[in-house]
Amino acid sequence: MRREVHRVVKVEEVKQEAKDVFTLYFKDNFCSSASPGQFIMVWIPGVDEIPMSLSTINQKGVSSITVRSVGEATRILCETKVGEKIGVRGPFGNGFTLKGSKPVLVGGGTGVPALYPLASKMLISGIKPSFILGARNAEQLLFKDRLQEILDDLIISTDDGSLGFKGYASECLGRLILEKKCDSIYTCGPEQMIVSIFKEAERRNIFVQASLERYVKCAVGLCGSCGIGPFRVCKDGPVFDSISLRAVMNELGFKKMDPSGRLIPVEK
Amino acid sequence: MSQLSLAVELAGLGLRNPTMNAAGVLGMSSYQLKRLYESGAGAVVTKSLGRQPRNGHPNPTIVFVEGGVINSMGLPNPSAEYFRDEIKRLKAENIPVVASFFAASIEDFTYLASILTDAGADALEINCSCPNVGREKCMLEADRESLEKVTKAVREASSLPVFVKLTPNVANIVEGAKIAEENGADGITAVNTLKALAVDIDLRKPILSNIIGGLSGPALKPVALRCVWELFENIEIPIIGCGGVSYWRDAVEFLLCGASAIQIGTALMDHGVELFKEVNEGIRRYLEENGFRGVKDIVGLAHET
Repeated sequence: MRREVHRVVKVEEVKQEAKDVFTLYFKDNFCSSASPGQFIMVWIPGVDEIPMSLSTINQKGVSSITVRSVGEATRILCETKVGEKIGVRGPFGNGFTLKGSKPVLVGGGTGVPALYPLASKMLISGIKPSFILGARNAEQLLFKDRLQEILDDLIISTDDGSLGFKGYASECLGRLILEKKCDSIYTCGPEQMIVSIFKEAERRNIFVQASLERYVKCAVGLCGSCGIGPFRVCKDGPVFDSISLRAVMNELGFKKMDPSGRLIPVEK
Repeated sequence: MSQLSLAVELAGLGLRNPTMNAAGVLGMSSYQLKRLYESGAGAVVTKSLGRQPRNGHPNPTIVFVEGGVINSMGLPNPSAEYFRDEIKRLKAENIPVVASFFAASIEDFTYLASILTDAGADALEINCSCPNVGREKCMLEADRESLEKVTKAVREASSLPVFVKLTPNVANIVEGAKIAEENGADGITAVNTLKALAVDIDLRKPILSNIIGGLSGPALKPVALRCVWELFENIEIPIIGCGGVSYWRDAVEFLLCGASAIQIGTALMDHGVELFKEVNEGIRRYLEENGFRGVKDIVGLAHET
């Protein structure tokens, strides 16, 4: 069987992360061999099929997705009970590439869980990353305990200052780069955050890998629905490096394809 | 020694080689189409464009099966009006553009044909064979009368070469092709996808939200070859072969059966956009090794007795 084929998996465990955020654990061989940063398509029969980053990869055969309830499909996923079934296909996309010896990972909101498998992989490879964990407020911080458990250098940043650094994760990053002399940046989170981080990195000449999000239909690079510039988020991404990011700066943070293929404004 | 040229003449269009993308594959923006051209396609085909922007069907819109994929995208497209600027961008770089389009009425077919012509497209491809939308959205070519009217209307509205893309979901594909030919079509694209379905045994439900979709990929190839063969025996206008081309050998098979050009779709999933270059190099090698002077020499060659 190919990883592109639909499988139905049983939800083994559900963990509430925040008021409207849940992690669904399941077993799947293809997901077990995924690279950090890759995503799967999750099928909610009769409703939709949506792209989700893997938030756990093969911890004793178990993988997971972490979902915020923002629409019908995600609401139903968040209400899933242990023993219920969901459809998956994938993993798809390129994932992160390990580069640099002093990396910093910057996660914002629901972008944080996608960086957790990356941090784990770095540790296994003998790299000790710094990690900026960002959210609007302390209640919205995701994976704080899990990250604290494995990392020596976890910096918390909240927009309202309810915990840790007060301000945007991108501002926090500026300080950290100076202190730690970081040589590479990995990021996942809201698009405006990624834009700020990329600009900061460009000023300081540091290499970035950012995981981007677009509306995905086929997930295998055929239909073009997830286009950004000449690239397909599903196949050329979802992780884009500085060179590719420079090529899409006229769209990143400004415009995105809607399901019909028209470019519409990105949320500010 | 200079390299053998793969240039072809297709209904008056001069192309550097006989390959294109199939409509619906990476044709959502000029950026994507430009990338296909830079990867070696002889011409590029737009997403099928309609009068209004369309989101298509809800996901899942694609499912993987033995020998290919079934899709029911449901004709998502930003509208022909929106795409005019995209076509202009491609033409500014001299990229040959085939504008694929569909409509729900003769009036709309006429309108779309004229605006796509004005935008600078090099040829029009009428999609009257999408299996994924109901009759109200799209005129199916199984209906002889609509096919006649649509072809005639587009012919009158545009001076460009007009290709009619046919469905394999009919008992006799020659019938529709003859109607298109008699009403002024300059070429036939054969074929669109084959109606298909996939069901999940755990959830006991069809996987596609639209239930039925269209099969493409290697499983479609023998059906498409049969269609091209039958068309070549019965019509005079050129045929563009489409259905399961994954390697250069497949492309040569289509040419031998009577296609003057070929379109590639599903195989880009596994082989990437680099496939255009590989297919073209393979065709060139085949022609050279067998002493042919050009692509034209082998079009329909398998029919000779």
